[in-house]
Amino acid sequence: MEANAEADASVLHGAKIIEAVKQAGIEYVLSVPDLHTSRGLLFPIAEDPDLNLIRVCKEDECLGISAGLNYGNKRALILLQYTGFLYAMNAIRGVGVEYKQPSVLMIGMLGKEPGVLPQDSKRFGLRIIEPMLDVLGIPHIHIETDADIDGITPAINKAYETPFPTAILIGGKAI
Amino acid sequence: MMNRRKVLEALKERLTDEIVISTYSTASDWIDMSDRPLNFYSNGAMGLASSHGLGMALARPERRVIVLDGDGSLLMNLPTLVTIGRVAPVNFTHMVMCNGSYEANGGHPIPNQDVDFEAMAKAAQIEKTCTISAMQDFTGRLDWLLSEPGPIFASLQIEQGPLGPRSYKEMYRAERRQALRDALGADAK
Repeated sequence: MEANAEADASVLHGAKIIEAVKQAGIEYVLSVPDLHTSRGLLFPIAEDPDLNLIRVCKEDECLGISAGLNYGNKRALILLQYTGFLYAMNAIRGVGVEYKQPSVLMIGMLGKEPGVLPQDSKRFGLRIIEPMLDVLGIPHIHIETDADIDGITPAINKAYETPFPTAILIGGKAI
Repeated sequence: MMNRRKVLEALKERLTDEIVISTYSTASDWIDMSDRPLNFYSNGAMGLASSHGLGMALARPERRVIVLDGDGSLLMNLPTLVTIGRVAPVNFTHMVMCNGSYEANGGHPIPNQDVDFEAMAKAAQIEKTCTISAMQDFTGRLDWLLSEPGPIFASLQIEQGPLGPRSYKEMYRAERRQALRDALGADAK
């Protein structure tokens, strides 16, 4: 029984993340596919009648589309892999940070070891994500298990109320 | 070849409540000629004018969104054509000022000046496209460009304008973005 309880405590349900995103008023999801979030998030989002999924070609497109939607009071989630975050850095800097747009970045931490904090990962690319967010001044939360999901809705709401970007690191692999 | 300011003058005469998104050299001319709350000046990352426009077109389907792009800028975000072709907002007109040059960065040529941007848009499944190189043709098609259900892509062949940096400080003021929000009735800051 204890073993099962421990196993449950390490689980991250994509459905619960999606529910938290919807509670924050997100209507659009802008995404380049990421293996880390593919099964638990992107496939269910594609089938969700309450969310409009726009599949883009490059991650920096998302920053412009999200900002444009915001001018019409529509909220968007940018779902991307950590490599895409690195790729889109200039757009995040220019559109999100300097233009103070509520860019909501949900970042899949592909390859992160379960239960290990990003800064302690063996992978260089994962270790630098939080320091880079800190340099940009972008607040961030780390979602490893279901116990962390409660932070998602407030983080998105704060981004839109401020307005300023926010980052939600998906460390656990959502099922 | 057309003169950009003459193109913009003709456009200005026909506008009503459209959102106009411009970038770099075209934005510099546009703010001189038509300073209005419904303008947005794309900055921060070269090439994202069309992406901003796509978002605004989706969020405000009752308004026509006109993007005044540059060929150098479009090359910085060429996949945008694929995304626009897929999403296909009917209220979206994408005009690209083609002068074969990174005019705002000193007038250096784009990597290949013989590129056919209309063909690229067609290949991205944007069905309504045109290439215009004469003012008479442009003015004759303006009603179509502004009112035909889109998305519409127009490659406008223009002469190179003044080279070098201009002052962008005025157009990028936060007050201008707030004016657009106010004009659109957006709640957020």
